[in-house]
Amino acid sequence: MVAGAQHWGLIGMFDRIFVANRGEIAMRILRSCRAMGIGTATAYADPDQEALAVGMADQAEALVGITAAETYLDMGKIIAAAKRTGADAVHPGYGFLSENAEFAAACEAEGLVFIGPPPSVIGDMGDKLTAKAIAANAGVTIIPGGDVALTDENMATKVAGEIGFPVMLKAAAGGGGKGMRVVWDEPGLAEAYGSAVREAQAAFGDGRVFVEKFIENPRHIEIQILADAHGNVVHLGERECSIQRRHQKIIEEAPSPLLDAETRGLMGDQAVDLARAVGYRSAGTVEFVADQQRNFYFLEMNTRLQVEHPVTEAVTGLDLVEWMIRIAAGEKLDFAQNDVHMDGWAMEARVYAEDPVRGFLPSTGRLVRYREPEQINSDLRVDTGVCEGDEIGVQYDPMIAKLIVHGVDRQAAAANLASALDQYVIHGLNHNIGFLQAVARHPRFVAGDLSTDFIQTEWPEGFAPTVPQGDAYRHLAAAALFITLREGRHDVGGLWVVVRAGGHGDQYKLEAAPIEGGFRVSEIDHNAAVDFLCDWRPADPRLEAKVDGGEISISVERAGLDIRLRHGGFDLTFHVLPLRLAPLLARMPEKIAADTGKFVIAPMPGLLISLGVVVGQEVKSGEAMAIIEAMKMENILRAERDGVVAKLHVAVGDSLRVDQQIIEFE
Amino acid sequence: MREILDELEARRARAHAGGGDRRIASQRAKGKLLARERLEVLLDEGSFEEWDMYVQSPDGDDEQIPGDGVVTGWGMIEGRRVFVFSQDFTVFGGSLSEAHAAKICKIMDQAMKVGAPVIGLNDSGGARIQEGVASLAGYAEVFQRNVLASGVVPQISAIMGPCAGGAVYSPAMTDFIFMVRDTSYMFVTGPNVLKTVTHEDVTPEELGGAVTHTTKSGVADGAFENDIETLLQLRQLMGFLPSSNREKPPVRATQDAATRTEPSLDSLVPADPAHPYDIKELIHKVADEAVFFEIQPTHAANIVIGFGRIEGHTVGFVANQPMVLAGCLDISSSKKAARFVRFCDCFSIPLVTFVDVPGFLPGTDQEYGGIIKHGAKLLFAFAEATVPKVTLITRKAYGGAYDVMASKHLRGDVNYAWPSAEIAVMGPKGAVEILHRDVAGDAGKIETLADEYRQRFANPFIAAQKGFIDDVIAPRETRTRIAGALSLLRGKQLENPWKKHDNIPL
Repeated sequence: MVAGAQHWGLIGMFDRIFVANRGEIAMRILRSCRAMGIGTATAYADPDQEALAVGMADQAEALVGITAAETYLDMGKIIAAAKRTGADAVHPGYGFLSENAEFAAACEAEGLVFIGPPPSVIGDMGDKLTAKAIAANAGVTIIPGGDVALTDENMATKVAGEIGFPVMLKAAAGGGGKGMRVVWDEPGLAEAYGSAVREAQAAFGDGRVFVEKFIENPRHIEIQILADAHGNVVHLGERECSIQRRHQKIIEEAPSPLLDAETRGLMGDQAVDLARAVGYRSAGTVEFVADQQRNFYFLEMNTRLQVEHPVTEAVTGLDLVEWMIRIAAGEKLDFAQNDVHMDGWAMEARVYAEDPVRGFLPSTGRLVRYREPEQINSDLRVDTGVCEGDEIGVQYDPMIAKLIVHGVDRQAAAANLASALDQYVIHGLNHNIGFLQAVARHPRFVAGDLSTDFIQTEWPEGFAPTVPQGDAYRHLAAAALFITLREGRHDVGGLWVVVRAGGHGDQYKLEAAPIEGGFRVSEIDHNAAVDFLCDWRPADPRLEAKVDGGEISISVERAGLDIRLRHGGFDLTFHVLPLRLAPLLARMPEKIAADTGKFVIAPMPGLLISLGVVVGQEVKSGEAMAIIEAMKMENILRAERDGVVAKLHVAVGDSLRVDQQIIEFE
Repeated sequence: MREILDELEARRARAHAGGGDRRIASQRAKGKLLARERLEVLLDEGSFEEWDMYVQSPDGDDEQIPGDGVVTGWGMIEGRRVFVFSQDFTVFGGSLSEAHAAKICKIMDQAMKVGAPVIGLNDSGGARIQEGVASLAGYAEVFQRNVLASGVVPQISAIMGPCAGGAVYSPAMTDFIFMVRDTSYMFVTGPNVLKTVTHEDVTPEELGGAVTHTTKSGVADGAFENDIETLLQLRQLMGFLPSSNREKPPVRATQDAATRTEPSLDSLVPADPAHPYDIKELIHKVADEAVFFEIQPTHAANIVIGFGRIEGHTVGFVANQPMVLAGCLDISSSKKAARFVRFCDCFSIPLVTFVDVPGFLPGTDQEYGGIIKHGAKLLFAFAEATVPKVTLITRKAYGGAYDVMASKHLRGDVNYAWPSAEIAVMGPKGAVEILHRDVAGDAGKIETLADEYRQRFANPFIAAQKGFIDDVIAPRETRTRIAGALSLLRGKQLENPWKKHDNIPL
């Protein structure tokens, strides 16, 4: 997908690039450096000592420390480490110091080339108010509002009233959803304002917040640009990143199903104009919000490599990291706008350690089993910084990997995405694979009918895996039976009943008969039969089968009688018994789960930063009760019912385990 | 002849009718299976041969029901013979009469003769009060056989209804007890008597339910959702056990190669020595096909015990669990593991021990509770065991707990350590505080000295120099190395000196 390795003996090219980042993006940059024959170095925080990127770099320096603040965000340490390695350039990746003008300037001052735009441009674009003013002057379409930083709640109310609800509160210094709040009406403004300011202050050290018009059913579309130091600027088309949860992108694609050639041209031209206006250099992204009628408004400019850059690489065939390096070394773009073509369709899914059924709260733990989709063809790419046995901790971003697929058209890309996700196996922590599978197969997603509130609209009560019907259920039940037969060393045959653990209502009665390479499963009492061809062996975490001429991949987890199968967004636990036991099984009592409604429990590990209630206080359902900080995000816990607070089990400042009781109701 | 056959059918039908429709309906309403239905689930299809179907108590004033409240006989589990009894709560509440006891004794005697396990499915209101001392005698006859059979054939109990008073002591002396959640309970003295005598108000479930006995008391070895799950799990357990002490455990063909390496084990032990990790991941990644049948998973979870297979052969795993109480040995975990080690030794099941133990849990609770004697049980059990013993120290092996955990000195056959092992009298900080009292209070100095101590002693090489560790191995090759050691030890011959029996500190 990316341009092949070339040899770079050119005068002016760097001898050693220092990667000031971690995880998958560090790996990504190291790969391009290697392909270009450039030496590499990086530095690591204590928890990353054994990370893949540390092993891959030619040199690695210890930063000594655990939190991001004392390691990857510590400019002094980073620059000192870079100098110790003898690097002559620094690539900041994304996040951390990548959009820090002071850092870029410090690098230059220390004689290290900063692989990115000039510090002044980072500074201008990093301040949303300044960025907007510059964009407006450059002729870029601007969204109403957002021109002044708010000083207090009253001002927030006044400005919001002028623009008209709904409005969006945003951190002046921010990005990535931190400090962002949508407010639908005036009463909601006070709480949202307070928490946006707090979050902005905590995340960026700058509590300034502004307010702007909120667009309903908006789509997030961004233009990738490349600008060299010689005045050449091109755009590489768009990416649509409308599938977001908690204001963070999880599925991105290029091109966008919304755009026509005309709109694409307009957006591209505006992005290029803006880049010229600010004197941009390097790779950058101009983000727009678009409504369903293809009206688009400038959001912000990201002066760095984006997480989702691989989809652009997949359709253009360019290596963006390579170009960032070449531009930083003073090279000219060797192609013009007319040479840029988008070939086919690409999609990226971000695989996170998080719990979709608990509002996407971050999850931590060890990758006890970790298996990426197999490289079936060149249309699949997995960017990751972890391997089986690694720990996803609380300190940094909980992203495990990025899965990038390509297809001749959108339909093919979506199908490739769905099947690649089915092949993914992650055991040991909660992750969003099942959720991504559900999105990839969702009719609205497949139709390209996207908006940034897609997830909220389609799963208003939160995501819960559904029970498949028809063939999908048949195939999973057949897989459960196959597993039972293989594990039990039974002859492939016999009469069986497959039920879901805990439920006895839906007995699925099957007859198994051996055929070449697998078995034929017929439904007793029905005429339906499927041929299930499979060479799965016990303990294999992934089962791949040919069923009815199609191919399916299923993630398998075993414990006692439980056969847990995950596939296509479904997550089912089966029990398989001899058919003769079916009548007895039907008589087993259904157990009622214990009532845990009396407690507010910690949905994830984190730090309790605020308790909004006292003993004896009456609370209404939906009222904010406590705030937990985890992964640098504030998570508000709301009462799920009306009640009176009987007891507080923890105090502000306590570190909480997952499921720890925080508040007890009477 | 036709008439005679009809008569046979009629008599069988009468026995099968048990306590009648009303009592059968009541049993079913509780979510419980009938005595014979339970055997259908437990045993291979059609393999059950019932004995003594027509036994009944001597004529008296009371009603007579053939079978007398217990179904007995033999059948197969995965093609291997087992003797079974299944108490029928619909017949006189499953109460134990002299005749009922005699039926159980008969199959136990047969099991001893042929060398086959005995599985008892308990669902009984207690003694047949009308029979008085004859019923008590019946219990004792069963107890005596439990004791004689102990260590000769595996004895397994499933508690599937009430089991109270003296009746608890037969299951108590068997090797493993499974309970059904919500529908079974075991206690010596029931809630009613408790209320009158001590004014304690407690439900049967709280006093002796499956949760109580698998978490608090440790009396039971597993709790399962319902009758079917309990019986199917019992079948799984039987697959690991030999039929008697005259046989080796069954060997199960596997495609899981002994040469399988697990690179992810290299990062199992965290860099920070204070950080816990899940020892069960190691067990799962070492065992064939990741199958591990855990015994007492929720009681004394600071030690993990259970069965798995390596190259198809059953092994008993014993492992400290750093996730719970830092993997310390205490009273409960010592008792739990000691009994398991002795079971494995009785039935020729090799022991694989994973050690990460910071020591014995300190405290008045522990000392007053007799940790000295209880800890000695585990020491005694490991020391007397003559089965193959393969030990791996993953991290900490401190003080006396190092000795206890199947060390070389207790006739460990093959003792391995990971490079992360720290074998020492105590942890670095504790050692410095004792050895260098002069620097007390100077945190910086203590830290420096502790680092020195760690460099010098907290590694596997001092022990390896003395031959207490046979080899230091890479974590990723653990399965291969353990499989090799067990294969080597299949011909092991070792006997303890003749004695009437030992005197384990009970």
